[in-house]
Amino acid sequence: MTDAVLTHASDVATAEDAQLTAPHATREDRVDEYVSSFEDLDRGDEPLWIGAQRRGAIDSFAQLGFPTSKNEDWHFTSVSPLLERAYAPADPDSAALTADDIAPFIFEDGWQTLVFLNGHYVPRLSQPASGESVFVGPVSIALESDDTARLLERHVGGLAESHTHAFTALNAAFAGDGALVHVPPNTTTPQHIHLLFVSDDAAEGALVSPRNLIVLGHHAEATVMESYVSIGNANYFTNAVTEVYVADCARLRHYKIQRESTQAFHVGSWYVTQGRTCAYEAFSFAIGAELSRTNIATLLDGEGSHVSLDGLYLVNGDQTVDHQTSVIHAKESCTSHELYKGVMDGESHAVFNGKVYVRPEAQKTDGKQSNANLLLSDRARVDTKPQLEIYADDVKCTHGATVGPVDSTALFYLKSRGIGTEIALRLLTYAFAADVLEELTIPAVRDKLERLAFERFAVGA
Amino acid sequence: MLDITALRAGIAEREILKGIDLNIKAGEVHAVMGPNGSGKSTLAQVLAGNPAYEVLGGSATFLGEELLELEPEIRAQKGVFLAFQYPVEIPGVTNAYFLRSAYNEIRKARGEEEVDPLDFLDIIEDRMKLVEMDSSMLNRSVNAGFSGGEKKRNEILQMAVLQPKLAILDETDSGLDIDALRIVAGGVNALRRPDNATIVVTHYQRLLNYIVPDFVHVLANGRIVRSGGKELALELEERGYDWLLDAA
Repeated sequence: MTDAVLTHASDVATAEDAQLTAPHATREDRVDEYVSSFEDLDRGDEPLWIGAQRRGAIDSFAQLGFPTSKNEDWHFTSVSPLLERAYAPADPDSAALTADDIAPFIFEDGWQTLVFLNGHYVPRLSQPASGESVFVGPVSIALESDDTARLLERHVGGLAESHTHAFTALNAAFAGDGALVHVPPNTTTPQHIHLLFVSDDAAEGALVSPRNLIVLGHHAEATVMESYVSIGNANYFTNAVTEVYVADCARLRHYKIQRESTQAFHVGSWYVTQGRTCAYEAFSFAIGAELSRTNIATLLDGEGSHVSLDGLYLVNGDQTVDHQTSVIHAKESCTSHELYKGVMDGESHAVFNGKVYVRPEAQKTDGKQSNANLLLSDRARVDTKPQLEIYADDVKCTHGATVGPVDSTALFYLKSRGIGTEIALRLLTYAFAADVLEELTIPAVRDKLERLAFERFAVGA
Repeated sequence: MLDITALRAGIAEREILKGIDLNIKAGEVHAVMGPNGSGKSTLAQVLAGNPAYEVLGGSATFLGEELLELEPEIRAQKGVFLAFQYPVEIPGVTNAYFLRSAYNEIRKARGEEEVDPLDFLDIIEDRMKLVEMDSSMLNRSVNAGFSGGEKKRNEILQMAVLQPKLAILDETDSGLDIDALRIVAGGVNALRRPDNATIVVTHYQRLLNYIVPDFVHVLANGRIVRSGGKELALELEERGYDWLLDAA
């Protein structure tokens, strides 16, 4: 499946510079619309610090504007389709949402779920936990008690880069409800945590801005899944931010399933900081949205820590899926492991841009990064750019990327056994994706994603 | 069962088979022998429908139907099976899933009920004994990390599961030690029936000590230059191929 191995950033294919972009005036008008609708935002009686963050963020957004292809991080992905209309927060109305509606998205035993609909918390379908130790609940409720309110104030905005990233600024300005997961030191959550963000037909035209915070104390352990799903086929815009603090010796498994409507837009940004000898294991699974963008940035800020960033994207039609990852090795003896795989059919477009920085003090860094892409159609496109910047001399780092079609020998082998082309392609696609799903250490999650991956190309393969 | 007439085929504009005539009846075992580059493997691949090869002329009727126009999976569903010289590794698909998919696809094509995983396990356990394979092989990815012998035994296992009418063994003996050769040949012999036929493509006579052919054909430079009984294989073992090439 590999006909090209790219080992240097300079080798990668470059997209044509002349991307389709909205006319300049339109783009600025759109920014102005968001800025003026900010003034109408219903902020209730939230704490002053949140208001101050919103104000600062909308100012940043007004200055930054929407990114263009001149912005290096947006070189391959045009946000023009997102600018065709202005999105605004939706009203809370969850009366119609039933347990049956969300049943297909739920993980059963051993999981607790917080449900949000069109950006608003749905207590009726959620199982929060607010005992004396672990807190798992919506920010709106966390703000009502002193301990958790202080925790939020200390951490929210500490990692997210509102000054430089337009979508992060937009999230901070319009931040709706989100989840707070707080696991105190020496504590393991009794259940895995599922944050389920649902959008239904009422989300048409909505700007959904979940703002989540995950704080693990030292020696704490948790698993947090974020799911972004659609019921129906509405055109809306999810713009989520999650900030993650992983203290010394803690372990967080942090997963995302993005299966939004193919009319929807999704930008999700995770900002992570890690202490000493801790582990952060992230997985991004993306099959939905017309245009989706996942940003994951982690700072290895303590010695001997580990991060794994893995992902699988499967798109077809005219979908665009974009992953941007950044790992900063700031301290000695950390390991980073990154494997992203993608399968593109139709006229879809995938972008992978992975950066690994090794700072001068980060000796004995062990970094591995790879991105492999399978093209099922000759009209699908991939731009992949794994990058290494190393400023320390005693390190072990590798990176690479592959792009290729289905292995014709393997296809013939399957067909020669009586298996028709469609099923054979599905099997080979599934096989291509299988090893990255092996990275998932929770069987229920692995099984669900295997099924979703297998079904993804059930039609039109 | 199989009637090959004036078959010409090649790869990348190069003609390899330059007119093959071969008639195979049910119950027969035919050995196709020949030096490297004679076109033996091409014949096997063309009969199975490998799209890398181009048919340039001639025909191959199988049970009264033109084989060369059918997709590989249709040929398999009609009962053609090729044991690959180099079985393909497919990491990520378990042997069990692969075998069951193939088995069910062929059943579906014949209008028969699919079998569920548990029933299939019963079917396959029996067949695995035939090639002395451990059931742990079922949960491993198809051929991935298999030894040469394991791969060839896996091919015969597939043959045992799919029960073809026409089995084509392409250099199945290559890379096998004597024990593996014995197992593989034993499996093939156990599957012989009056209503099926086998083509054994091989460079060496060795395999034919175990799978005794009714007919031996020598392929050279894309043509069958000599046909005979099993004694022809012994003669080749003794004299090599050169005397035939010179004669051709």
